[in-house]
Amino acid sequence: MTRAPVAGPRETTVANPLFEFLLRLADDRLVLGHRLSEWCGHGPILEEDIAMANIALDLVGQANAVLRLAGETEGAGRDEDALAYLRDETGFRNAQLVELPKGDFAFTMVRQFLFDAFSVLQWEALKQWKLPTLAGIAAKALKEDTYHLRHTSDWLLKLGDGTGESHARAQRALDDSWRFTGELFECDAVDGAVAEHGIVLNSATAHSRWHSMVSDVVARATLDLPKDTPMATGGRRGRHTEFLGHLLSEMQIVVRSHPGAKW
Amino acid sequence: MSRATTSRDEILGILHAVKDPEVPVLSVVELGIVRDVIVEGDVVTVRITPTYSGCPAMHEIERDIVGALEAQGITGAVVELVYAPAWTTDWIGADAREKLRAAGIAPPGPADHGAVITLARRRATVHCPYCGSASTQLKSEFGSTACKAIHVCNACDQPFDEFKAF
Repeated sequence: MTRAPVAGPRETTVANPLFEFLLRLADDRLVLGHRLSEWCGHGPILEEDIAMANIALDLVGQANAVLRLAGETEGAGRDEDALAYLRDETGFRNAQLVELPKGDFAFTMVRQFLFDAFSVLQWEALKQWKLPTLAGIAAKALKEDTYHLRHTSDWLLKLGDGTGESHARAQRALDDSWRFTGELFECDAVDGAVAEHGIVLNSATAHSRWHSMVSDVVARATLDLPKDTPMATGGRRGRHTEFLGHLLSEMQIVVRSHPGAKW
Repeated sequence: MSRATTSRDEILGILHAVKDPEVPVLSVVELGIVRDVIVEGDVVTVRITPTYSGCPAMHEIERDIVGALEAQGITGAVVELVYAPAWTTDWIGADAREKLRAAGIAPPGPADHGAVITLARRRATVHCPYCGSASTQLKSEFGSTACKAIHVCNACDQPFDEFKAF
């Protein structure tokens, strides 16, 4: 395999908006799946260790399918492995929320819950798309992520309405992650350009559905919804926090150290 | 394909012998992974669909299908991955469900195809595959493979897998 050029940072015009859109969709799952997999062998209880590994597997599997489609859409000979392992940090299009370090168990669960609640709405919209492959991936992923969301919302209740310690940690996690949630609902020229294929999830309606789902669980968990705050941005254009580069170096090192290796 | 004529049914018959690597009591046909078989001239195409997006067994299943056909003299089979319609446990037939039960895995109940995203936990009774008791409790929503959850029977104290309705 010849090494394809690495996608550069922000460009003023997006040559292939559908490719860009698929990268955003896949990179959220790939990066979050990798973060979650860091718990493997370190979970607080065996069942939860297994649960996080299972959820990570679903997310990486979803990313795999979407990246394959992205590679076909790009038409430059890059497959899902090239896109996952041979892009640099500025070529990744995930939201910053998913690249934040796994933190403590409360942070992992709160972040996962906030993402899951967004993800199910995104897949629900995408399964109506006119592109049959993406619609099929979305229909399957929606079932998986609905299952994840039940699991993480359950943990919100256990942690928030648990001991003083678990409550404090869950509240801190919510406060720390809140300013990264705005990026999930950003809408730009890429979304506008792909809207011909179906609904893209950035509307005020979707945000309000997400907000009501999240605030309902947060209230039942006896936690306080954070106050409105300026939202972090940049991930969708390849601008990331300091944490993504470190994650990628770990995720990509074997493939980059042994180009073309098979096992 | 080297044999002159191989019908779709013959191919399906061969694929019935290909077991799922993670649930070896069922074949890939019984699980609903094989969606279609197309025989066009010399080329056999088998369409398969993944159970879960992250199912690590898909590559192995693909290899096993090609291998099983080759063993019957059918070479050069093409395995295509299709995503729509999304796999559901509702495609697992009554005989296959009985095989699961006999292997100590509670078969899946009806899948929830509701259009509404709900946080409500499922309430369906899961019967113990060993003693049949309806008094069982969910121990973990995630199990040894993506498709299973772990329960324990209150009547016979036996922990068991449930094939999740999906």
